[in-house]
Amino acid sequence: MPETITIEVWRYRPEQDSEPAWDSYEVPLRKEWAVLDGLNHIKDQLDGTLSYRWSCRMGICGSCGMTVNGEPKLSCSTFLTDYAPGPVRVEPMRNFPVIRDLVVEMGDFMAKLPTVKPWLVSGDDEPDEDAEYLQTPVEMDDYKRYSMCINCMLCYSACPVYALDPEFIGPAAIALAQRYNLDSRDAGAEDRRDVLASAEGVWACTFVGECSVACPKDVDPAGAIQRYKLTAATKAVKDLLLPRGAR
Amino acid sequence: MGAWHNVVIIGGGGAGLRAAIAVAEANPKLTVAIVSKVYPMRSHTVSAEGGAAAVAGDDDSMDEHAYDTVSGSDWLCDQDAVEAFVVEARKEMLRLEHWGCPWSREQDGRIAVRAFGGMKKKRTWFAADKTGFHLLHTLFQTALSYTDIVRYDEWFVTKLLVHDGRVRGVVAVELATGRVETIVADAVIVCTGGCGRVFPFTTNANIKTGDGMAVAYQAGAPLKDMEFVQYHPTGLPFTGILITEAARAEGGRLLNKDGYRYLQDYDLGQPTDAPVLRSMELGPRDRLSQAFVHEMAKGRTAETEAGHVVHLDLRHLGEKLIDERLPFVRELCASYQNIDPVHELVPVRPVIHYMMGGIHTDINGATPMTGLYAAGEVACVSINGANRLGSNSLPELLVFGARAGRAVAEFVATVPGAATAPVLAQGRDEEHRLERELSERQRSDGERIADIRTEMQETMEAGAGIYRDEASLTKALDKLSELKTRFAHASMDDASRTFNTELIAMLELSGMLDVASCIVASGLRREESRGAHQRTDFPDRNDEKYLAHSVISRKPDGEWRVEYLPVTITRWPPGERVYGR
Repeated sequence: MPETITIEVWRYRPEQDSEPAWDSYEVPLRKEWAVLDGLNHIKDQLDGTLSYRWSCRMGICGSCGMTVNGEPKLSCSTFLTDYAPGPVRVEPMRNFPVIRDLVVEMGDFMAKLPTVKPWLVSGDDEPDEDAEYLQTPVEMDDYKRYSMCINCMLCYSACPVYALDPEFIGPAAIALAQRYNLDSRDAGAEDRRDVLASAEGVWACTFVGECSVACPKDVDPAGAIQRYKLTAATKAVKDLLLPRGAR
Repeated sequence: MGAWHNVVIIGGGGAGLRAAIAVAEANPKLTVAIVSKVYPMRSHTVSAEGGAAAVAGDDDSMDEHAYDTVSGSDWLCDQDAVEAFVVEARKEMLRLEHWGCPWSREQDGRIAVRAFGGMKKKRTWFAADKTGFHLLHTLFQTALSYTDIVRYDEWFVTKLLVHDGRVRGVVAVELATGRVETIVADAVIVCTGGCGRVFPFTTNANIKTGDGMAVAYQAGAPLKDMEFVQYHPTGLPFTGILITEAARAEGGRLLNKDGYRYLQDYDLGQPTDAPVLRSMELGPRDRLSQAFVHEMAKGRTAETEAGHVVHLDLRHLGEKLIDERLPFVRELCASYQNIDPVHELVPVRPVIHYMMGGIHTDINGATPMTGLYAAGEVACVSINGANRLGSNSLPELLVFGARAGRAVAEFVATVPGAATAPVLAQGRDEEHRLERELSERQRSDGERIADIRTEMQETMEAGAGIYRDEASLTKALDKLSELKTRFAHASMDDASRTFNTELIAMLELSGMLDVASCIVASGLRREESRGAHQRTDFPDRNDEKYLAHSVISRKPDGEWRVEYLPVTITRWPPGERVYGR
């Protein structure tokens, strides 16, 4: 194993750069080092001007999504040795405006998220405050997978539909809506339907499936979307065929 | 011109979000803002793994949870706070359940509970081993339904504004633009979490730099019991990533390099096949971390490139149980240690994990400064005393986040109006100070921020680790003083206003140097050993002199004073901490 590896970083500082450029840095190649450790070495020892987000460095806070050698990755759990002898190319996530260097603007997702009402809407069967809803492990399995989303945005970075249509609600937001729709305690599916079944909801998705490939937490947003398409289509057919009372 | 809200909450983790919802529920007319240096769902609550304690089963009682907490704290907690805590913990956890938290379940659909260290009954609610993640996202998503809660995402608070003895707001920098804003408020709640990053080897995320403790201390609020820093016995070497106590609760065993369950040599009970509550691997964190040091001194730990380790053995639990109950442990071991705990031993060593100390508050989160409140790890109520029990921190941030929110809503309703001009003037002064920092630190002859930070962290580990003494603490204090002088001349490469993370790192380090000094100075004054504070020169607990909270506050000259406050004892007089017998 060579002792060092070159990291090529996409740089853009709007106050001084008229356009993006690549900077190259040589960092130690250690078997425990993630790409993030390489970036931290650059930041601390070589060039304090490099900006990127990170926090937990254990793959759960969702801060450090980047494009590593063309693929959407969490930089804290993507290891330098997997790219030896290098170079490793690190870019910001795709499909987002760049604030600076590797930091993208994710305000669009933050604005869309509340529109799908990703919270539990209680129904008539809410137990009183001294008791819990009963929910068996089998019932939990219905939505558990979709509750694992860490909002890292890698699925948006991978999504070719979002690339072309920024109005698309997107994989993570739809998966989170489904996380509540499929929760036996929730009564909010109707409230979420207009947004989910809209042209910018599930029907915008052409089922490319890149989101599920990119997801570091195995949430399978593509599956969530397909499943909702079926729900929405069934509902539409029922609305067409059945009298109001029987829907 | 500045912004204005009735209530400003600094920090959008579990405590901050819970406080915001409590304010909104108590009085929907109040405007509430959460100012957080990261998007709320990035907050460090997300990393909590094992669970959250609250009485659940018919075999358990509030008194037993209280007693475990009191004895776990080595009698340094306030028992009135603990009594309120255990009752409200259960209510809060049920509230979370109604909000959708995916707590793990029994086959019949009821909430499941697991064992945890130092707890005599099974009372730890869990969501597999991603409890903090689910708790935080449930709170964040629920908070989205309260449309009146305003958020300042990725804003860093640099100063509390104090006028006429009242806290009146904050000054904050927007990371994306570098814009400095004065945010006026009737009351401020600090919910910024802990400060593990003052040490080199920690489970804490990069953001855990004690910012809230620092701004409160600098504004004149006292910090309490700062010498009590928790080492968690099982972190992965090199990264410091936490391997949850739940791994031991499910039956995991700690082995030294000879494969021997060494905890039996440290008055923690005898090894059994099935885990026994309050015994061996389910002893409290302080005692287990201390046992590691003794084991290392005896030459019975294994040496690796990342230092000495012992081994956590989960192999006998089997793949099914590990995947069901400890999936994150398996994932973390695979990603960061390249091992599979189903078939291999997991190397672990003690790692800085949690601050028992923090901003001095009463049982409602109020600090001695009018208009200033705190909740969660940043605060010290204290229910944790000299050693927190695992799975008490998540219910703590819920219970006391909610209490602080309610107390603030009440306070704000009664507080008289006051002129904002002097507050805005202070805000402008702070803005000018930040401008100067940005321009004056652009020079080539200064030291790097990161180098000073690294030296501070090494100083803390050497001087204020699991075992300390007068010489080590004094040396650390001298070194910190030197580092503060050097920090004043440290330089930055980055002159940009747009997302300048080097500027944030500089501001964080400035606060960390103060917080680190408080830890060391408080430790130097406490000449006894209690819980997580172990002085080799004073190896015994001394209730006569030190059954008391240390309170450190900043004097006008920049030095500090340490005083003591009595501990509240209601029903459990100080006794011996007994585990495994």
